[in-house]
Amino acid sequence: MAKVPVEFTLNGLETAEFVESGTTLLNALRDKIGDTSPKGGCHQGTCGACSVIIDGELRLSCLTLAETCGGADIKTTAGLAEGGVLHPLQRAFLDAFATQCGFCTPGMIMAAKVLLDRTPNPSREDVVEALSGNICRCTGYEPIIQAVLTAARANSQNAA
Amino acid sequence: MELRKDYFADVRKDGLHEIGQPRPRLDSPGHVTGKTAYFADRNFPGMLHLKMVRSPHHHARIRSIDTSEAEKHPGVVRVLTARDVPHNVYTILILIQIGPEDETVLADGKVRWKGEAVVAVLAETERAAQEAAAKVKVDYEVLPAVFDMEEAVKPGAPLVNEYHGQNYYLYDSGECRKVRFGDVEAGFAQADHILEQSYQSSPIEHAPTETTGCVVAPEGNDRFTCYTNTQAMFFTLDNTSIILQMPGSKLHFVGGTVGGGFGGKVDVIVEPIAILGAKLTGRPVSFVYSREEEMQISSPRAAEKVVIKDGVMRDGRIVARKVTGYTDAGAYSRHSPYGAQKGAAHYPGPYTIPNVWIDTYCVYTNRTPSSAMRGFGVTIGDFALEVQMDKLARLIGMDPLEFRFVNAYRDGDMKAHRQPTEGAALIECMQEASRAANWPVAEKYMAMSSYRKGA
Amino acid sequence: MSLALQTFSTVKDANAALQAAGTRYLGGGTLVIRAANEGDVSVSSLVRVTDPGLSRIAVSGGKVQLGASVTMAAIARHPELVALAPAARAVGGPAIRNMATVGGNLFAPAPYGDFAVALLALDATVVTEDGELPIETFLAGRDVGRAIVTGVGFALPKAESFRFLKVSRVKPKGVSVLSIAALLELAADGTVSSARIALGCMADRPIRATPAEKALLGCKLTPREIAPALAAAGEGIAPITDPIASAWYRAEVLPVHLGRLLLG
Repeated sequence: MAKVPVEFTLNGLETAEFVESGTTLLNALRDKIGDTSPKGGCHQGTCGACSVIIDGELRLSCLTLAETCGGADIKTTAGLAEGGVLHPLQRAFLDAFATQCGFCTPGMIMAAKVLLDRTPNPSREDVVEALSGNICRCTGYEPIIQAVLTAARANSQNAA
Repeated sequence: MELRKDYFADVRKDGLHEIGQPRPRLDSPGHVTGKTAYFADRNFPGMLHLKMVRSPHHHARIRSIDTSEAEKHPGVVRVLTARDVPHNVYTILILIQIGPEDETVLADGKVRWKGEAVVAVLAETERAAQEAAAKVKVDYEVLPAVFDMEEAVKPGAPLVNEYHGQNYYLYDSGECRKVRFGDVEAGFAQADHILEQSYQSSPIEHAPTETTGCVVAPEGNDRFTCYTNTQAMFFTLDNTSIILQMPGSKLHFVGGTVGGGFGGKVDVIVEPIAILGAKLTGRPVSFVYSREEEMQISSPRAAEKVVIKDGVMRDGRIVARKVTGYTDAGAYSRHSPYGAQKGAAHYPGPYTIPNVWIDTYCVYTNRTPSSAMRGFGVTIGDFALEVQMDKLARLIGMDPLEFRFVNAYRDGDMKAHRQPTEGAALIECMQEASRAANWPVAEKYMAMSSYRKGA
Repeated sequence: MSLALQTFSTVKDANAALQAAGTRYLGGGTLVIRAANEGDVSVSSLVRVTDPGLSRIAVSGGKVQLGASVTMAAIARHPELVALAPAARAVGGPAIRNMATVGGNLFAPAPYGDFAVALLALDATVVTEDGELPIETFLAGRDVGRAIVTGVGFALPKAESFRFLKVSRVKPKGVSVLSIAALLELAADGTVSSARIALGCMADRPIRATPAEKALLGCKLTPREIAPALAAAGEGIAPITDPIASAWYRAEVLPVHLGRLLLG
């Protein structure tokens, strides 16, 4: 089977790997590179558990081929905490009981991060829309929505 | 959150330190950093991927299975059929002495539902396993199928599962679980009104975000580590041990981290065959349901039909209740005989009724085997009972909440299945609900108590 | 055989490679990678084109040209395509909209393909290597056509003349029970002078509601006057049955939602 080289920046680190042609970014990250924070929930683009940020945009790594990501800047939840300090979103998810089984959490945090990067003071409707591609079967969503709103407030207080 | 300590204050030592306090979840830091290790986060060099060839028919005899083309497919390491399974019988509740030996791990001679596992293909990549699975040839003789519980129990219906000999589970009490309390016919004769209604539900899929699966790694000493998202670790251990005819000491299960279960991961389906694959190939094996398999193959909550006949007096007292419950097990028992039995114990609901007759049937059909899900055997029954309670209240022109106060069980009342009621708090819950929902009831109900009979 | 990707800089070269058996075109990946992930082994080879022209949006002189690789997100945020934003936003969640393309949506089987419903109402032209086709002709032959779609063109509708509605059971994002797009011209007296209505989920691909369009001509948009059009909405439909809704349900609610769209 033909192996193809892929090179991209993953959470700020230069990353290079050989993958079989046709390998999804999700499988490359998890099985080859060892970043298991994106989860495979449906492999259909429905659940959002595999969400990652590619060049500033939210994308589904299960439907993205790794070899199309050459030169890209990829961010995952595993790279969010800096120097062991949780990102405000991570802190807020923790404090607001926004996790139960935790399987959707990394994808939710990615979707929320893209929102807050562009819309620092989102409305509740903005949050609901931003998370609308991410399924959570445990929480009923409300604690997650509250966590994102809390993180936004924490961000704006820090900025002030 | 508000903790109301005035209820039961005279019968409780007030030593609550944790209840009512928010405590951080121990697993959350792992969840928010993506570090929590789910079974599929384990990856081993040389890991094989298992894909299942499944029945395309609801009911069929297997004339022959030809795996020769699949075995020749590039990347395929091993193909498994019923012959390869040491003890090809699956009985989830054998550890607690419940559950007939009515199901196989891989189909042997017959398939009884659309999606039943027939042949397992182990290959170097998922893709190779999928391609090879498409090359397995199974010659089926399609048989008539039955999908409706009431059709299934009629004479002449297609026999779903030969183990049972008829399309219902035979309890020690006969064709159904029975509860007999008082004289239900005398109760109906005495009643001012009689209301008979039937309620039914469809199967419900748990749809956890993480699909069912496991990863198995040989330890090199004829012992196997199985990383699994099972919700039933010890059922998994004993069933695997029996199916593979291996002592439990050879099986090392690692689990407890589950990406959503809701009862959908208590069946032991993926682990035995994946460990068998690892044993026969000497390689690590991954068997993970696709999303489509999770939705179509994993056990749903059973479809149920509940017929409730009540006799009620004008003053609100229910004097007789007759319930006939049907639980659709699908083609195999799994947890459903237990679920139907739970239903029998659960009726007539949290109400004290002097004359009760309950029959609950566990019925076999050619549908996906049903199993556990959040309060299975009880939840659909509660829906039916409480809708029935509202209808009864309307029938006699009584407030539906007051109607429930009249019939609520209280400490010391004998329940229909001969367990005396203790620790009931229904009266107090309804009193608080009345306040919280701003749905006032007469003062005499607000003065009632679950445990002070005079009140 | 594993899944292999071939990358080309021109549509012409990719088109040649696409003629090989088992080969599919990779746009945003939301259809073809999904199929491969679910075990569709009929796909063994993928081709893609990196020509940036395929991602171009051109609006001039009241005409719109959308490259086939233009994403739903790009349409939804484009200042001159405000009229189309509701249809683009109806597709998936934010991540899907960053990936799903105009070209792919033309091939999406019901219950997907909500944006193609809008394009059908707009009487779009589909541009392929083989030439240009009216969208209805294109949709009818989409299963057998082998030429890569490079873009679509249509006249930019006035915001008030174009209406779009997607009905789903989950808010804000859910799979379609149905979708409806309508391009309506009203005369000075408020009567409908032209109507073009497209339906999603009423067949395996978007279809026109031609009997309803005819019945609407000369009517004012009042409950009484549109009643014959609503009654005609079900003519010629063959709704899909899936886990979201049965064909029966979809047929029952179609006139209700068409009425809401027309009166809203």
